[in-house]
Amino acid sequence: MNNLKRQLLAGPYLLWMAGFVLLPVIVILYYAFTTTSGHFTLLNVSSIFASIHVKSLILSLKLALICTGICLILSYPLAMILNNMKTNSQSFIVFIFILPMWMNFMLRILAWKLLLSNNGVINTFLAALGLPGLDVLNTPSAVVFCMVYDFLPFMILPIYNAMARIQEDIIEAAKDLGAGNITIFFRIIVPLTMPGVVSGITMVFVPALTSFAISDLLGGGKVLLIGNVIEQAFMQEYNWNLGSGLSLVLMIFVIASMALMSSKGEEGGAGVW
Amino acid sequence: MVKKSFQRIYLFFIFLFLYLPILVLIILSFNNSKTRVQWGGFTLKWYQGLFSSSSIMTAFGTTLFISLASALIATFLGTLAALGIDAMKKRNQAIMIGAANIPLLNADIVTGISMMLLFVRFTRLGMSTVLLAHITFNIPYVILNVLPKLKQSSRTTYEAALDLGATPWQAFFKILWPQIRPGVFSGFLMAMTMSLDDFSVTYFTKGAGINTLSTMIYTEMRKGIRPEMYALSTILFLLAFVLLLFMNFGPSARKEKNEL
Repeated sequence: MNNLKRQLLAGPYLLWMAGFVLLPVIVILYYAFTTTSGHFTLLNVSSIFASIHVKSLILSLKLALICTGICLILSYPLAMILNNMKTNSQSFIVFIFILPMWMNFMLRILAWKLLLSNNGVINTFLAALGLPGLDVLNTPSAVVFCMVYDFLPFMILPIYNAMARIQEDIIEAAKDLGAGNITIFFRIIVPLTMPGVVSGITMVFVPALTSFAISDLLGGGKVLLIGNVIEQAFMQEYNWNLGSGLSLVLMIFVIASMALMSSKGEEGGAGVW
Repeated sequence: MVKKSFQRIYLFFIFLFLYLPILVLIILSFNNSKTRVQWGGFTLKWYQGLFSSSSIMTAFGTTLFISLASALIATFLGTLAALGIDAMKKRNQAIMIGAANIPLLNADIVTGISMMLLFVRFTRLGMSTVLLAHITFNIPYVILNVLPKLKQSSRTTYEAALDLGATPWQAFFKILWPQIRPGVFSGFLMAMTMSLDDFSVTYFTKGAGINTLSTMIYTEMRKGIRPEMYALSTILFLLAFVLLLFMNFGPSARKEKNEL
């Protein structure tokens, strides 16, 4: 087929992206740099330095880092174990670990609320054993718990995929050349799974940094992440200019963290699926 | 041996972590008791209540409609786009794929807010704005699924078909389509899943009148959840289980594996 003609097939998509991705970003920029009366201002963006906003941004970064770290620590051994089970049941076991991801996002939060609440399942169980109860609901710990639960598959899948792609021959060769298990792990497995780790970290860190629903529902209004501040600016205070300014800052943080990650894992193509 | 059992224990704990919350929801859906944790005997009344509750059923219908419609439209636009991108020069391809990644990687909350700000300038928020928003974040998933299949497909067969007198349409449907069909299909499914699961974008673009399941559960969790929701989650979990089982181990999945 005529090559140029075929390229035109991407036309509707380009128009769509211009209308619904580019234009909205321009609108956000407009609101971010204007006052309610339409005059230019930098106050909306610079309000990120207000102490309450700085506090929530730091808390968001902290929780997102903790969540990403826990996900990585849990996923890496898991991916290795799954990958080493070269049996018929392997694909089924992988399936088992993907399935919970298909539960509706909100229902997963609901489940954790039921587990963690003061008269919830875990505490009833602990009380039955005569142990002291956990008082985690409405604290940052509950938010991290639920974030890990929600985003764990995003870490498991890319690492597992990267690991499944390592050819057995390479490891055999290393063994023949006298490498021990530890050498093989650090010199072969870790470097070859790096792209998977990098895309896993990005896929967990960004949603954890920007989420507002989990902290809203499990933090009991006490855990104010930057996402919550933005959400409240829009839906409760109707201060769209301030909300846009803070969204812009958040966008910059997301882009920066992704640029940082993609420079670390140049290939980055481990693919999630 | 020690290593083996250690691995088993590790798998078991992760398994517990993943499934305990779901198990709790399932058990509570059969619990005939007002307080959450006390077991008050077996009942199916929440399931009856679920199907007779018009608000839940409406939200369920809205969710299904939006995810099906947005996935279908996104699949159409995304497949066209992938065909176009595939014909471009390397450099332009990279730009296009980069552009497709923006909504994928951008924070949901920013995507939702930016579209809300645009929509309120032109129209009222409602079903159509949610649909537009969902199509927008779904298209990239389709492109990223179809494009690799196009790259694998053989160009020469397609050109041979043209040389032998096939029209571009015939050549497309006889040669290219069978090769990219698995990618189109998985792109569609992924788009639908993303749409079903979405909360943030829907929350900002939906306006006051309508609810999807996600936004309804969100509002209910803030003012107290109805036990019917537990029944709903049990049903949704079973649906996901059957669907995923079919996709992974059904006839089509097996065929694909054999082809490789």
